Amino acid sequence: MKSSLTNMVLVMLGITLVCSAAVGGVYTLTFDTIEQAKAQKLQSAYGEVLPAFDQLETTTVELAGQTLNVNIARMGQTIVGYAVESDANGFGGAIRMVVGFDAEGTVTGVKVLEQAETPGLGDLISKPASKVELSIVGRNPGKIKMAVTKDGGDVDALTAATITSRAYVNAVEKAFNAYLAQTQGAQATDGYSGATTQTNAEKKHQSGRKKKGGNNE
Amino acid sequence: MNKLKLITKGIIHENPTFVLLLGMCPTLGTTTSAINGMSMGIATMAVLILSNMTISMVKNIIPDKVRIPSFIVIIASFVTVVQLLMQAYLPALYETLGVFIPLIVVNCIILGRAEAFASKNRVGDSALDGLGIGLGFTMSLTLIGAVREILGSGSIFGFTFASQGMPLVFVLAPGAFLVLGYLMVLFNKFTAKKK
Repeated sequence: MKSSLTNMVLVMLGITLVCSAAVGGVYTLTFDTIEQAKAQKLQSAYGEVLPAFDQLETTTVELAGQTLNVNIARMGQTIVGYAVESDANGFGGAIRMVVGFDAEGTVTGVKVLEQAETPGLGDLISKPASKVELSIVGRNPGKIKMAVTKDGGDVDALTAATITSRAYVNAVEKAFNAYLAQTQGAQATDGYSGATTQTNAEKKHQSGRKKKGGNNE
Repeated sequence: MNKLKLITKGIIHENPTFVLLLGMCPTLGTTTSAINGMSMGIATMAVLILSNMTISMVKNIIPDKVRIPSFIVIIASFVTVVQLLMQAYLPALYETLGVFIPLIVVNCIILGRAEAFASKNRVGDSALDGLGIGLGFTMSLTLIGAVREILGSGSIFGFTFASQGMPLVFVLAPGAFLVLGYLMVLFNKFTAKKK
């Protein structure tokens, strides 16, 4: 068909309208199912990162302007662990994860929920038992240098995916800060305000150490 | 051209992977196992059949100068639809294929068939062409995936027969090139005789 300005504009307009309506329609139709699938994944992630528990209570922690979900896992009356939903910006967008802590703050498991890292390199972060995961699980983030070895820290980075690994470490660190805010906030008499100060102090402490590590390198 | 030939040419003489060498990015990237390769092939085939039919239907109202943008908008919409459906009903698969699903938009097989076939032929023929090329692509990807899975992880479609001592290189990127290269040689050796 011969092109003229009118028919080009009209046809493109028509096609984009029909296509966006179709995509919008499918989005609306699948929205609930997708949300359900995500919620299910989150539930199974709790099971993977936490020790055995029989009830889960969800609270939120305010941390540097962001609200994080902290799930307290109980077995009977005893608190057996905390699962914190955390995120950080990686190489290809946000990396979302659930980090499990036991009552002492040791990482019991990390499960990546969503990521869009480079296939074959950064996306290995979501595979079970990745190098980064192995050097974090079973350790207490408060007691090790939370940075990749390249930056003078104690965490092994994925080969050829340093930015992804840094984001992973940051997300775990954020989760740990939320965990601290939660546990110490529960002990403090005035709740959240006490927790926030604690967390900031902890953060300063860690960033100070990080800088020192960098200088040494 | 008879209808059966429309399908078989996509599988043999115009096989997108081994003969036309189109769509190499998803071919190399997703074929770490037979099931991944097959799923990627089927997702691409679904988009290809739908976009071929739609483009064939609207070919007479699209002005020549804006035909490529029109095709891309149609293809991108179908890919988004497939992506949403997969995310809703096959979340595990969606996760494995990850970024390669949205990348179907820029798979040159699809735009190539739209431009070379669907924009010149009737709806039925375009659908069969999409089916043939799609099947060819799916079979090739499944084959490459199967070979890489057998050699690299010692399993096939998830059933493990050797858990240790397999050369991991076949699961990694260099293995994709090796397997693709050798399969291409074999494929062309056998199809060359038939011509």
